[in-house]
Amino acid sequence: MEENKVATAANFDPMLPQPYSVLQVVKETADTFTLTLQARNGAGTAPFEPGQFSMLWVFGVGELPISISGDPSDLGRLVYTVRSVGEATNSLVNREVGEAIGVRGPFGTGWPIHQAEGRDVVVIAGGIGFAPLRPVIYEVLHNRKKYGRLVILYGARSPRELLYRKELAAWVRQNDTQVLVTVDYGGLSWRGHVGVVTTLFKYARLQPARSLAFTCGPEIMMRFAARELENLGFARENIYLSMERNMKCAVGFCGHCQYGPHFICKDGPVFSYDKMRPLLEKYEL
Amino acid sequence: METLERIIAEHPFFAGLDPYYINLLTGCAANVRFDSGTYIFKEGEEANEFYLIRAGKVALEIFPPQRKPIMLATLGDGEILGWSWLLPPYQWKCHAHAIEPVRAIALDGKCLRGKCEQNHDLGYELLKRFGQIMELRLAATLLQLVDVYSNGRK
Repeated sequence: MEENKVATAANFDPMLPQPYSVLQVVKETADTFTLTLQARNGAGTAPFEPGQFSMLWVFGVGELPISISGDPSDLGRLVYTVRSVGEATNSLVNREVGEAIGVRGPFGTGWPIHQAEGRDVVVIAGGIGFAPLRPVIYEVLHNRKKYGRLVILYGARSPRELLYRKELAAWVRQNDTQVLVTVDYGGLSWRGHVGVVTTLFKYARLQPARSLAFTCGPEIMMRFAARELENLGFARENIYLSMERNMKCAVGFCGHCQYGPHFICKDGPVFSYDKMRPLLEKYEL
Repeated sequence: METLERIIAEHPFFAGLDPYYINLLTGCAANVRFDSGTYIFKEGEEANEFYLIRAGKVALEIFPPQRKPIMLATLGDGEILGWSWLLPPYQWKCHAHAIEPVRAIALDGKCLRGKCEQNHDLGYELLKRFGQIMELRLAATLLQLVDVYSNGRK
């Protein structure tokens, strides 16, 4: 992975958007889409680590930080899952196949997946927070012998807002993999689990002393999840969170994403819970 | 064949409970089964029992007027169903709907309330254990109320 970082720095100017084309747009839910992009000018795609993000430039509209949700071993393409919540994201998900998008990056720290070698990997995702965790799942499944059990705990608001349904069904069948899905509000036809994602912990066969936990989702969800993991016996330094703040430059110059002493874009977005815990408890930060 | 006493003693909810109390509890216990689709109890009915779910899934539901029913939570293997038997007015606050075939141990709340009145140590043990469940479910409900995934939309 160190080699990847060098290749990225050597070949790509972090401030210069590279031209990409939209290869595919897949509707995941009513407001969430997965876009696949390919470099336009024959240039390769910068390698990325699971958990990193790119700045996607929708020409004439603006630039957005979006986590990479694709397979890190697929070097030819970049995949992003985007929820349409405003003008810029709406414009992004409405790109037609073949249209151009500018891409800067990848940026930020990834999940410390290599620290998890020989240990269990626990993925706790909420809502669109599943997107930056999907590359972790690909990495573990491609290198199955390197890791212990893979536990995927995923919560969404309702059954119709679940992402990556086909893959979830496929991951259930993988060896040494436990997949548990819950929704906050289930219709009466839903036969799965109902309750917030932390209510899945009691069904997961967790081994806190020999696991790394990666969580991404709404901040309040991560706060409760991390606290609960700690109560179960996870060391704070073995729990990682992906933080989100408004980003502009993505390289730590502008200060838009400052969070306490950290810049989320440069020092994060992935942080260990022992670093984040004091900040997560602060009002209005 | 497993005896009721052994099943109760090995259930995590009763972990560490004095064997004397396990014996008392067993005197109020019975094996029960519910087919998928049946209601174990309904809102407003008298609450006179609770259940240790051994297998299956139960949905807790409420029926707001003029709106579709809402599934609040699901409970599965190893979980405890029902605490309204423990405190007045001994009335269920929601429906419990077996959405899979359910095997459970039913504990007679009236019988247990009598034993708790006679033996306050047993009453305290049960209150502590049910208090823990209430605390966890309240925390989960708080997160549900925040509607964390809504991102401000209604």
